[in-house]
Amino acid sequence: MQPYDMPDARGHFGPFGGIFVAETLVEALEELRVMYEKYRFDPEFLAEFAHDLKHFVGRPSPIYHAKRWSERVGGAQIYLKREDLNHTGAHKVNNTVGQALLAKRMGKPRVIAETGAGQHGVATATIAARMGLECVVYMGSEDVKRQAPNVFRMKLLGATVVPVESGSKTLKDALNEAMRDWVTNIENTFYIIGTVAGPHPYPMMVRDFQAVIGVESKIQMQEIVGRQPDAVVACVGGGSNAMGIFYPYIDVPNVRLIGVEAAGHGIETGKHAAPLTSNSAIGVLHGNRTYLMQDEDGQIIETHSISAGLDYPGVGPEHAWLKDSSRAEYVAVTDDEAMQAFHNLCRVEGIIPALESSHALAYAEKLAKTMKPSEVILVNLSGRGDKDINTVANISGINL
Amino acid sequence: MSRLTHTFAQLAQQQKKALIPYITAGDPHPDKTVEIMHGLVEAGADVIELGVPFSDPMADGPVIQRASERALAFKVGLRDVLNMVQQFRTQDNKTPIVLMGYANPIEAMGTQKFADLAKQAGVDGVLTVDYPPEECSDFTQQLKAHDMDPVFLLSPTTEASRVKLIVEQASGFVYYVSLKGVTGAKNMDVQEVQQRVAEIRAMTGLPIGVGFGVRDAATATAVAGFADAVVVGSRMVQEIEQSSVDNVVANTAQLTRSLRQAIDA
Repeated sequence: MQPYDMPDARGHFGPFGGIFVAETLVEALEELRVMYEKYRFDPEFLAEFAHDLKHFVGRPSPIYHAKRWSERVGGAQIYLKREDLNHTGAHKVNNTVGQALLAKRMGKPRVIAETGAGQHGVATATIAARMGLECVVYMGSEDVKRQAPNVFRMKLLGATVVPVESGSKTLKDALNEAMRDWVTNIENTFYIIGTVAGPHPYPMMVRDFQAVIGVESKIQMQEIVGRQPDAVVACVGGGSNAMGIFYPYIDVPNVRLIGVEAAGHGIETGKHAAPLTSNSAIGVLHGNRTYLMQDEDGQIIETHSISAGLDYPGVGPEHAWLKDSSRAEYVAVTDDEAMQAFHNLCRVEGIIPALESSHALAYAEKLAKTMKPSEVILVNLSGRGDKDINTVANISGINL
Repeated sequence: MSRLTHTFAQLAQQQKKALIPYITAGDPHPDKTVEIMHGLVEAGADVIELGVPFSDPMADGPVIQRASERALAFKVGLRDVLNMVQQFRTQDNKTPIVLMGYANPIEAMGTQKFADLAKQAGVDGVLTVDYPPEECSDFTQQLKAHDMDPVFLLSPTTEASRVKLIVEQASGFVYYVSLKGVTGAKNMDVQEVQQRVAEIRAMTGLPIGVGFGVRDAATATAVAGFADAVVVGSRMVQEIEQSSVDNVVANTAQLTRSLRQAIDA
């Protein structure tokens, strides 16, 4: 079999990906592409990245056998890759460390980022503080209201948080606004995109920085279980944690890769954030071609998910490709199913998972029931749920 | 010869420069667009750039974003925009129309179907902001097969080798973005723009339009001194935003007249 070697030189994953931006951004992306190619395999750069991941982020993150939960569910053994134990509480920081190191080498004193739930914004503000970079985070004004603790966290870390009032006032609009900032301040600014979307080289670069999750998992599974899992399950919004754990497994035979999208109130209601599962049309947004939730006029439609981090109308182009090539499977779970899994993990394992990750957990429960106790599922527990306690309290009718 | 090429040739003969106002279709109201367009032509516009509303106009500043939002409030889509062009053509068969917008509405319709319908409606050129030439060669061919001009942007950061690549694909005219940033960001540095336009002119015989920073008569006069066309977008849309629905036609025409005078001066 040919080893997997996506994307091509212009960032295409089959018909997906590419560079779909206004001419004003082309040179900046070219500069980034050239610099990333230069450092991608540079031993000194990689050593510094590995050093920061170990000493600042706290890697490797452990893999934990959720025994009690597996027994309760009845079926396969479920293991959790504990990205929730990273500094700042989620996988997002792996990527921001990598991109900030690149920004420093490119001599850019200012970094910008978009954020939905605020996790990527916090991870960017964190690394900017550590490296002495000016930091501006764009966040939809709706999300600013919903995620007040993370807004305050970013401010504590010295970042400027700019509420975005245009469009639907959520993640996609924050991304638009960050792009506008970048094109205006291209000389001194590095745009740290938080997910495996955007124009080339972002989907590839973010995947590469997140691939540490899967690389560690392969070693740890061998040590702990003596073999690789039968299935790897991860939630997919833009898809960075999923790409991070999937990528090193793409060429490993007999490992099912399963991405879990947010079905919101249910795919059939139209109120969801599941472009792959709902068979959305292919289109162009935020610099790449991918599956997109859109109306018949090609306008991007509003999405719904209980989890702000999955509330995005598109999906990274590599996921679109993995779906079409059948290497990965994509499914969706509803808000309610994710909430149930959230509570289960809290009560049975003493771990408060992020609502995003709870989608992966909910599907793992379903899948485990269909499997034998000798079989193994690895779930990427992409973040911790402390940020979500207000949301969960609200749903439960509790005012904190 | 396309309507755009013909118009530029005629203007060159008269030693005049083209004035290209931009408006977003459906702003402030779908019923006003065609009327505004006729008013612009009467007041001295040579070409009209008609924006196709999009939910995520990444390359546009706040003024044109708001225009898109106003149009989308009436659910103005690409089909409606083509209907407006068709309606405009019943009274004006001379003024070229360039659609400016983003790739997704066109892909949602299908590029071939779009090319067919746009030609039927009377569109002359298409500027797709997020279609760099490397990603849209099929679409470019589809437009050219229908005698429509693919119009491309050139920016202050576009390297000479890329300028060559782009002007090879482009026809009708090329559009030089006079500043780094989004539409309507600030006033341009006229001298710097003049220098860049001279460099581009050495690489192509296509007419060169300049826009993204023409906010007043003085800038329009200066740009007309070296470019073949002056594109006025955000300033025109601002006029629409500040007008009532009743006087929007008169006000945009008035602004166009003053720009015409500045360009001819």
